[in-house]
Amino acid sequence: MIPGSYFFILSVILFVLGVIAFFVKRDLLTQFLSIEVMLNAGNLAFLAFARALNSLHGQVIVFFIITVAAAEAAVGLAIILLIFRQKKTIKSEDMNLMKG
Amino acid sequence: MSYFLFFLLAVVCVGAVLGMIFSRNQAYNALLLVLAFAALGGIFGLLSAPFIAVVQIIIYAGAIMVLFIFVIMMINLRVGIPAEKKKWTIYLSVILAVFLIVEVIIAAKGSFQALAAPGGEEIASPKALGNLLFTEYLYPFEITSVLIIAALVGAIILVKKKEKG
Amino acid sequence: MTEIFWLIPFIPLFSSFLLAIFGRALPKKYISFQACFAVFVSFIISVISFFGLLQVSQESYPLLKTLFTWIKSGSFSINLSLQLDPLSAVMAMVVSGVSFIIHVYSVGYMTEDKSYSRYFTYLNLFTFAMLLLVMSSNIVLMFVGWEGVGLCSYLLIGFWFERHSAANAGKKAFIVTRIGDLGFLLGIFFIFIHVGSAEFTAINEAISGGVITQSLATLIALLLFMGAVGKSAQIPLYVWLPDAMEGPTPVSALIHAATMVTAGVYMVSRMNLLYTLSGTAALVVGIIGAVTAVYAATMALTQNDIKRVLAYSTISQIGYMFIGCGVGAYAAGMFHLYTHAFFKSLLFLSAGSVMHALSGELDMRKMGGLRKYLPFTYPAFLIGAIAIAGIPFLSGFFSKDAILTQAFAQKQYFIWALGVFGAILTAFYMFRLIFLTFHGNERLEPEAKKHLHESPPVMTIPLGLLAFFSIIAGYIGLPVVFGKRLNLFSQFLEPVIKPVHEPHLSIQTEWLLILISVAVALLGIYIAYIFYIKKPKTPHTLNAKFPFIYRLLYNKYYVDEIYNAVFVNPTIRGSEIIYDHFDLKVIDGALNGSASVTGLSGKILSYIQTGLIKDYALVFLFGVILFLGYLLF
Repeated sequence: MIPGSYFFILSVILFVLGVIAFFVKRDLLTQFLSIEVMLNAGNLAFLAFARALNSLHGQVIVFFIITVAAAEAAVGLAIILLIFRQKKTIKSEDMNLMKG
Repeated sequence: MSYFLFFLLAVVCVGAVLGMIFSRNQAYNALLLVLAFAALGGIFGLLSAPFIAVVQIIIYAGAIMVLFIFVIMMINLRVGIPAEKKKWTIYLSVILAVFLIVEVIIAAKGSFQALAAPGGEEIASPKALGNLLFTEYLYPFEITSVLIIAALVGAIILVKKKEKG
Repeated sequence: MTEIFWLIPFIPLFSSFLLAIFGRALPKKYISFQACFAVFVSFIISVISFFGLLQVSQESYPLLKTLFTWIKSGSFSINLSLQLDPLSAVMAMVVSGVSFIIHVYSVGYMTEDKSYSRYFTYLNLFTFAMLLLVMSSNIVLMFVGWEGVGLCSYLLIGFWFERHSAANAGKKAFIVTRIGDLGFLLGIFFIFIHVGSAEFTAINEAISGGVITQSLATLIALLLFMGAVGKSAQIPLYVWLPDAMEGPTPVSALIHAATMVTAGVYMVSRMNLLYTLSGTAALVVGIIGAVTAVYAATMALTQNDIKRVLAYSTISQIGYMFIGCGVGAYAAGMFHLYTHAFFKSLLFLSAGSVMHALSGELDMRKMGGLRKYLPFTYPAFLIGAIAIAGIPFLSGFFSKDAILTQAFAQKQYFIWALGVFGAILTAFYMFRLIFLTFHGNERLEPEAKKHLHESPPVMTIPLGLLAFFSIIAGYIGLPVVFGKRLNLFSQFLEPVIKPVHEPHLSIQTEWLLILISVAVALLGIYIAYIFYIKKPKTPHTLNAKFPFIYRLLYNKYYVDEIYNAVFVNPTIRGSEIIYDHFDLKVIDGALNGSASVTGLSGKILSYIQTGLIKDYALVFLFGVILFLGYLLF
């Protein structure tokens, strides 16, 4: 039986890697991808705790998270497409209309 | 046995994400992440959550990432985008990330005891999950379905080309 | 019968309030009716309360009525509470009665004025403030009334504010009395520290209980007297009263003759236990009163403005009241206050009638021989003059004589002598005024002579009323020679004004003193007669022989000029310097500075808004870490 703390540490590592990826990358799409990584890390943590506490509620929450992430991805990608149509680029430095 | 499986999957997952970080090609990024999510699905299975594991693979690795790949194809960037020019942001974010790890681990230190406890070895059957889903979580369930429809409609409307005339 | 006494101040207040809001839209006739009626109702209630008071036993004095708690902070609390006792009852009747008569007079006097409603608003407000002053049961509320009358005095002196001299006179009155009020406030503070309460009953208990030592009493008494000196126009803070004649004549009659200026005397009488305890303070009061009485009378000798003569006369007469208080004869001082209210307001209103007849002329050099043209005003004026001169059988005689006799009995011979000398001067300048205005050759301007007319009944009837009271008011306070029992006035006030031990004078001495008072009065009148009727050249020859004295008196001892040079101009100059260096540079600088700092910091902070999500996310991450750290540690 693998102790839950291992899963938890894995989840933390994944989360942090997602954060780093967000800051390292310059294109919008990959940044969006890294957000998905973070979400998944969260899912992992939830499941670890759900098993430890012997409760199914954690799994239900994960179920919802996955669903919502799917919806969010759809809309987010639509927006990225629109941006690309407008600006012909998806470099995040070029998205500075809110400057000042 | 399960330890070996766990470490294998964990290494694959982390390695894939690292690869995503270092790779410049977006298609490679997406594909590596498909791998990562698949491995994650396996790990979910190790956590006595078979249903979730399958859902993860079908929806996340299967649907969402495919969506990403579609978009990558549509955007059709030939040139890879180099990594961040301002190096200092990278260093700063790494440092901050380390901080974050440390803090979170400290925060969760107390619960390591609880985590190590022998949890339920019973496999969470879809039946039990479904039971919970349709009784206690019925309301969020229905709302989520509405949410998905809204996202669907929203995405379509956003991307629709304006009709001429 | 006495339960409603607390309404007395508030009816005029209500009327004033209504006039303030609606006055412009109301017809003149209604305004006159409402204003006069309000004061009349107050007067009726004060008379009823007076009679009710007589029926109540003396142990229950003073009758208190607390309306609500005004200030409460820890152990410090001041209530809005009024009290009815002999002293306040007498003052309430005098104030409301004379105020009513003057309101009626004003209806005629101010009938052409364009700010009719504003006048009556202020006049009603003043009546309220003065009634509050005399009826309050604690010294802080009295101070509220004190300041209220000061404010109304400012408003009414500067009533015709388009005239520079009037506006300045109003300012001067307010500022000079403010200086006195500083002393008053300090006195109140000391009282409160040592007594713990501001109620008069508590203060009196503290004094008789020994909580207040003699030296403390002296300090407090002198501080409070500072306020009285300002408000009652004694030396050295009298300079505002002559200038206050810029206001309408009924205002001068009400405020600067009958009521406001007597507030100081009322205050000293109210605190009589304090002044009796501290002999030094009483002596100071007496001496300042006596010196002022003579000093002001000397200045009245040479004035040509009919109202200024009366103004200096007021200052002088209040000096007499303070003589009374200073020698321990507080009842005598109050008695003089009461009779003076009648004959001084009579004199002022008559002067107003003369001015009205002459279309506003007030220089006596341009009058003369008006006796035959003003058949009502002349006798009224004459009665007032006789009363103030102290001729027997009129009220002024009884009150002035009471004061001087007491002064002599208390062995204050210097004060007594000054009082007698002042009596000569009083008789002289009053009859100088009468002779110059009503007798002798006519020196009128031709324009004025054309419109010469007696005043309408709405003005002469009040004159008649006041003249009547000037004659009979004195009979309730007959001198001791006729038997102690007959001095109803001081007997009535005894519960409030504890009589100081009166040394016994023999009957002969008393009659001698009375004779001296009468003699000096007649002497003064005779000298005036010589100067202005028999040998009219006498004043001119005297002035020629002693030009220095004449100029000194005529220019009021140059006191105004001295004050200007020593106090006023340096203050103005100092203020201007402070304005340039401090106000403009520091305060405005700080204000503009803080504005520019805000602008600058805004500009700097705008660099954070780069518009790039990555930067925002970085900050976000940083914030999350900080927050987590805070939660953990």
